[in-house]
Amino acid sequence: MSVSYRPESLDELLSLMSEKDLIPFAGGTDLMVQNAGVDGPDFSKDVVFLAHLKELKEIKREGNNLIIGSAATLSDIENHDDVPELLKKAVSEIAAPALRNRGTMGGNICNASPAGDSIPPLYVLDASFRLLSCKGERVLKAEGFFKGPGKTDRQKDEILKDVIVPLKEWNIRKYRKVGTRAANALTKCSITAAAKTKNGIIDDLSIAFGAVGPVIIRDKNIENKLIGLSVHDVKGKIDSIISDYSTVIVPIDDQRSTAVYRKKVCLNLLREFLKEHFSREM
Amino acid sequence: MKQKINFTLNGKSVSVETDPLKRLIDLLRDDLSMISVKEGCGEGECGACSVLLNNEIVNSCLIPVGTIIGASIETVEGIRESESGKRIIDAFAVEGAVQCGYCTPGMMVGAEWILRKYDKPTPDEIRVALSGNLCRCTGYDMIINAVETAAKRGLK
Repeated sequence: MSVSYRPESLDELLSLMSEKDLIPFAGGTDLMVQNAGVDGPDFSKDVVFLAHLKELKEIKREGNNLIIGSAATLSDIENHDDVPELLKKAVSEIAAPALRNRGTMGGNICNASPAGDSIPPLYVLDASFRLLSCKGERVLKAEGFFKGPGKTDRQKDEILKDVIVPLKEWNIRKYRKVGTRAANALTKCSITAAAKTKNGIIDDLSIAFGAVGPVIIRDKNIENKLIGLSVHDVKGKIDSIISDYSTVIVPIDDQRSTAVYRKKVCLNLLREFLKEHFSREM
Repeated sequence: MKQKINFTLNGKSVSVETDPLKRLIDLLRDDLSMISVKEGCGEGECGACSVLLNNEIVNSCLIPVGTIIGASIETVEGIRESESGKRIIDAFAVEGAVQCGYCTPGMMVGAEWILRKYDKPTPDEIRVALSGNLCRCTGYDMIINAVETAAKRGLK
């Protein structure tokens, strides 16, 4: 039977993490389901509760970045004025209020589900993660952190301290997920996209697809080909952009959907995004 | 490994010696006789086990009791004694918001949460707030109407 720890401070948490092999437990909304047993939760290792630690809950601006504590709840994020709209929208559509009141940013990240809906906006917004251990800290880009379904670069003695989101100006945004119903349905696929255009030229562009690969799909090569083009150029290239993305979106069949459906819908969502925002002069 | 867990249940201090990994729903039902709290899916998807934790709606099936030390927990056993709880009960009866009744305690907790958050909740706000509470009988309209009615009656 597993034992649980409840450290009183971040320092105590870090020393527990360095001494033992523990499951960091924040909101528990995924862990309690994944480790459900006949007579209550049945964890493979001991667990350490951390969502009560104030040091991990703060959401604050620091220069041009927004720092989101890993134990900030999805509701905290949804209701915070400084959170970028794309992240707010994605988080507000996760599960239902009771779950968002417990589920955390850090949990959604470290659980590393390809269908974790807060993650695509973090790719698009160029977020990084600050990992902390007794030995010190390291900061990783979102792309470098995820290694596959349920797999991340977090080491055994590390905790995710916070998420660093650069506060950039985007004048074009889209988030749309497709699932069987609005609440409490895991995502079949999603698109998150942001762009900055100035005088009809694309200054910056970022597009990510969720739930259609072992990790979130974002292709900077395709993006770089589009940055610098005029909005008018894009209008004539929609089919070739979609064909570029069709080679990188490689979903699978599972209980929620099929590979064929997911790919088709993703490319349709991409076409919708491009047509909505790049089919007229700006 | 048992541990002493202190928290507030429906306004009263409670101290229990229990496994901190025990689910809150099991503690409430089996040890503290709060049987209004129902288990539906056990995965946080149906809302039958909804309780208020520090005034916010949560799924008690997903909460180990070791995480609620010092917190305030409220169930229908407490809510029904309050003025707003009585209004909710009356409104559910008037609007026909109860059929089989299994989802009702969770819906009442959701209704109480809504009344604390909004003076005049709109039907859309009620639908979003109750989006995690499933009802397989009513088709929801009567429940949405009941929450609206309970809110309106509270404004007088």
